[in-house]
Amino acid sequence: MPKYQTEPLKCWKKAKELRDKYYLDYATAHERGGLRWTGGAWAFDAIPAGLGDDVYPITGEPYAAGIAFNKPFSLRCLEEAESKGWARDLCAYMRNYWGSMYLDEYNTGGKYPKPDFAFQDHICCSHAKWYQHVAEYKNIPYFCIDISVGPYKDLNEDRLMFVVNQMHESIEFLEKTTGRTYDDEKLIEAVKNDCRLTSVWAEICALNRNIPAPLDEKTMYSLYVFGTLQKAKKEFADFYEELRDEVQDRVDRGIAAIANERCRLMSDTQPPWGFLKVFRYLEGYGALSVGSLYSFGLIGIWEDKPDGTWGPRTTPMDKGIPIDTRDQALRILADWNLSKPEFQHFYDAGLKTKMMLRIVKEWKLDGVMLHMNRGCEGLSCGISENRLGIAEAGVPVMTFEGNMGDEREFDEIKTRDRMDTFMETLGLERSES
Amino acid sequence: MAKEFWRWKEYNWHDENIDPRAGGVISGGADVGSVSSQAVVMVDGKLYAFSSMRTGSDSPNSALDSMNWALEGTGLKIEDLHYVVGTGYGRVNVPFANRAITEIACHARGANFMCGPSVRTILDMGGQDCKAIRCDNRGKVTNFLMNDKCAAGTGRGMEVFADLLSVSIEDVGDLSFDIDEEPPPVSSTCVVFAKSEAAGLLRQGWDKNKVLAAYSSAMAHRVVTLLERLGIEKEFVITGGIAKNRGVVERLEKELGLKGLQSDYDTQIAGALGAALFGKVLYEKQQAGK
Repeated sequence: MPKYQTEPLKCWKKAKELRDKYYLDYATAHERGGLRWTGGAWAFDAIPAGLGDDVYPITGEPYAAGIAFNKPFSLRCLEEAESKGWARDLCAYMRNYWGSMYLDEYNTGGKYPKPDFAFQDHICCSHAKWYQHVAEYKNIPYFCIDISVGPYKDLNEDRLMFVVNQMHESIEFLEKTTGRTYDDEKLIEAVKNDCRLTSVWAEICALNRNIPAPLDEKTMYSLYVFGTLQKAKKEFADFYEELRDEVQDRVDRGIAAIANERCRLMSDTQPPWGFLKVFRYLEGYGALSVGSLYSFGLIGIWEDKPDGTWGPRTTPMDKGIPIDTRDQALRILADWNLSKPEFQHFYDAGLKTKMMLRIVKEWKLDGVMLHMNRGCEGLSCGISENRLGIAEAGVPVMTFEGNMGDEREFDEIKTRDRMDTFMETLGLERSES
Repeated sequence: MAKEFWRWKEYNWHDENIDPRAGGVISGGADVGSVSSQAVVMVDGKLYAFSSMRTGSDSPNSALDSMNWALEGTGLKIEDLHYVVGTGYGRVNVPFANRAITEIACHARGANFMCGPSVRTILDMGGQDCKAIRCDNRGKVTNFLMNDKCAAGTGRGMEVFADLLSVSIEDVGDLSFDIDEEPPPVSSTCVVFAKSEAAGLLRQGWDKNKVLAAYSSAMAHRVVTLLERLGIEKEFVITGGIAKNRGVVERLEKELGLKGLQSDYDTQIAGALGAALFGKVLYEKQQAGK
């Protein structure tokens, strides 16, 4: 007899359609007289939105994660990047993306669609160089905004203006590069969408505090992605509101992600995308990952609530803060994004440990699984210190080694072995073989 | 055929003073590792028989061969065992096992049996990987760390070195101390690169013992960092095949500033021993539930 009732997500099909359309829109943009640009998942996509509704991005991280899932193509991409002389310990996303570019093959079929320009921001050591190389290789213009201004708790006017001034400059670059007239109304709308989408995603994640959890992290990976594709896109923000309502309904009706939930875990950093089945393996123990700082805070924007809990950051619109001018919009965009949880640990591993322990407590978790991800220097930074901090707090923690985008560095059997041991230490037995 | 210096001695043993048919619980543990397989038979929680042999290309056969060899001369057959737990890398491929339990849990339980309830930290230096384990006074795992996907600091790494230097693996430990002065460790712990480095040192005129000392030292240092990441709590014990190599063990203890507990039992059978202990408990539970 299952402990909880479970059912598929109703909006799953729509999510898939939106994702497919995103990649198709990018590939076919020129056929409609539109523009294509490339950049990272954290790029301020609200800014190019001011160029018009026919401007389509492709963001490198989710694109490369999709390649990693397609193992034969991923291997060809990685080997192609290596044949050009790039080292195997560079960002695995970057190597997959570059490989696709060198091979001139698009992950969803056809040729790699050449972007018209690259637009990026920089906090991790790979960010700026990734698209600098794309720009040089494809001979396209490139603009990168340096956002490494320190943790949000220390943000002051000078630091904020360091970013905002670059944003103003980037608009001049976009106008000059594309020959288009910039529309501030579209920028303002996009900034509102960005705030709405990232706040609603945090709201969805907060609903996973419920026992049983309405979502498992493997499913969340397919949903959080919209915030990495184009967080300022109205359709995606609208979709998250629809998803939020459905997840709330699941909570109200006691619908679980897995029917036998008896152990709640969190993971960390990007998973090994080609081996997401290890999450299903855990379900044999009645264990599920209900999320992570990564899936909650890579795009979700959070704040401390009056009751001391972590919740979705109140949007400027809800606070009644005016967003009527370009400068107001850019200031809000900068401030909002600089508060992103996943930015903070670039400056201090202790900040990340603190947030992780907060999730453990508030989401009522039984343990933590840390992916020592060789594919991402940025998000793996300080992870051993996080492990120590978590262990010292008395929370069971395990590590497994791998790579989010290079299957040659992941050992599925050994990972299962570690999971088996971890489950044993938590007193759990498999209910299925 | 050239001598295979890496080949370690296989062996079996049983206690003539125990009558396995006296009516107690006969439990078995089969630890199928990547390099070696051990089988242990216990009678009412007392060590009765064991074997240790190389793992072949086929895990089920290695499990069968090692258990049959442990039972050799005892008059018992595998069918006479009341309950068997499989463990190790090939634990799910032990055809006669009633249950599979991870080697980390089994090593902790085995170390608890071998060295007593004061054991809190175990370093299992196996053929393919090293595991640092923390446990409670009952031998229950409370935390653990494993090395990454790399043969550095493992039994297999030492086998490669024995072959490279044409030194019998059982002599490596003693010979590594037959030196005038302790050399610095080889700089790389990767087996492939360390092998290249060792070849370079030999070309420079280092003698074999000095190279062995340098590699043993590097190996010890690598596992010390693993232990430090986990945090060491006394008492401490080393299990697995490398525990028999004093060249690594004594350098490791020196670096830690901590002496490992000694046991009269063979450290290489700790996993299988723990499995057999679990087998007894699980059999008794099974009987109580009937």
